[in-house]
Amino acid sequence: MIKTDILIIGAGPTGLFAVFEAGLLKLKCHLIDALPQAGGQCSEIYPKKPIYDIPGFPEVLAGDLVDNLMEQIKPFQPGFTLGERAQTIEKCDDGSFIVTTNKGTKHHAPIVAIAGGLGSFEPRKPLLGNLSEYEDRGVAYIIKYPEVYRNKRVVIAGGGDSALDWSIFLADVASEVTLVHRRNEFRGALDSVEKVQELKNIGKINLITPAEIVGLNGVERLESVTIRKTMNAAEDITLEVDNFIPLFGLSPKLGPIGDWGLEIEKNAIKVDNTLDYQTNIPGIYAIGDVNTYPGKLKLILCGFHEATLMCQSAYQRIFPDKKYVMKYTTVGGVTGFDGSKKEAPKAVVKAID
Amino acid sequence: MSDIKIKITDREGITHEVDAPTDMNMNLMEVVRSYELAPEGTIGVCGGMAMCASCQCYVKSEHELPEMSDDEDAMLAEAFYVEDNSRLGCQIHMTLELDGLEVELAPES
Repeated sequence: MIKTDILIIGAGPTGLFAVFEAGLLKLKCHLIDALPQAGGQCSEIYPKKPIYDIPGFPEVLAGDLVDNLMEQIKPFQPGFTLGERAQTIEKCDDGSFIVTTNKGTKHHAPIVAIAGGLGSFEPRKPLLGNLSEYEDRGVAYIIKYPEVYRNKRVVIAGGGDSALDWSIFLADVASEVTLVHRRNEFRGALDSVEKVQELKNIGKINLITPAEIVGLNGVERLESVTIRKTMNAAEDITLEVDNFIPLFGLSPKLGPIGDWGLEIEKNAIKVDNTLDYQTNIPGIYAIGDVNTYPGKLKLILCGFHEATLMCQSAYQRIFPDKKYVMKYTTVGGVTGFDGSKKEAPKAVVKAID
Repeated sequence: MSDIKIKITDREGITHEVDAPTDMNMNLMEVVRSYELAPEGTIGVCGGMAMCASCQCYVKSEHELPEMSDDEDAMLAEAFYVEDNSRLGCQIHMTLELDGLEVELAPES
């Protein structure tokens, strides 16, 4: 059981910044995210896109913003459960919560802060009627353990960075890699596209474009896929394979959080007030894009503000008898849980005779 | 006059005629969101950067639209339910020339 002071669901910018604000109050945080890395949408969808409305940053790439946030919270040593989705929540007798992920990891905390953005990102699945029959029986949407594909015949579908990167990686692992894309052009880093071209030229990647997977076949588990060349539908190709990995990006779903008894409005969690962003369940807060209230703006900077107020309220909830006075980092500096201390250099005081 | 009229068929098949301002640098995705013609979280997921295709729509009228950018073209290459008249709503900015535009939202995917 992982124990912490504030359990944050969602490791996007808002969730990450909450770690910093909690750290200033000496509260420890642990984050859960369905994605395998921190950063939420910023890392997953647009890491190379510039953001222009972060105060103090005339322009910052989304990926760099996440890197900076990670650096900023390092002294507060947050824990991470990544690649797992928060599934269930259970209220304990003392008012604390136990949150269990879809992989069974249990977390215990007096405070739960949902910073889930638009929800957990689920793979976008191709429109194949019998797709679900083969899930975990040859079909996977996320590659967690590449060794699973050693000496296997793998078909990857998609035209973005993930499809390119994994094709390149698996070319040295799998016995056969086939990349299928609806077009001849690929949307991805130029060097990845060139690398795929190179691997195709030396026969390490079998490239089939423009084409689509139109059928999955097999008894018990996937045995072959049917590929349709867009220009010549009459000549479908049946390719014997062990694994099919469709990589068509991710789409957000509110997911199991929607069943936790929280008040939901327009696919977002309703918070009663803008005092502390607490939900209808005391002890559970919702901050950032996942919440809604009159006047809500879905902006990263608003998430930062909400995270700050949430932490103050969480502190009061954990320590109802303690009087906390907000301090400025310019005055008190930042003292990390790792023993590090950042503070302004002391002015030299010298007497004048 | 800075408003134009456009017809948007939502994912339930209901057609809405709405006024879209042309003086706010609004795009079609934002018009759909402002009139709440698709549930929050199902359209404009990436914020309008041609990176998610959640605002894909089918253009039904003969209006001359801005040329497709490489980003939009590439995104549609990966999207589902793509037709010859598919465009990303976030890439269609409201201008006076688009008065009378008719579009249908592609299914959610």
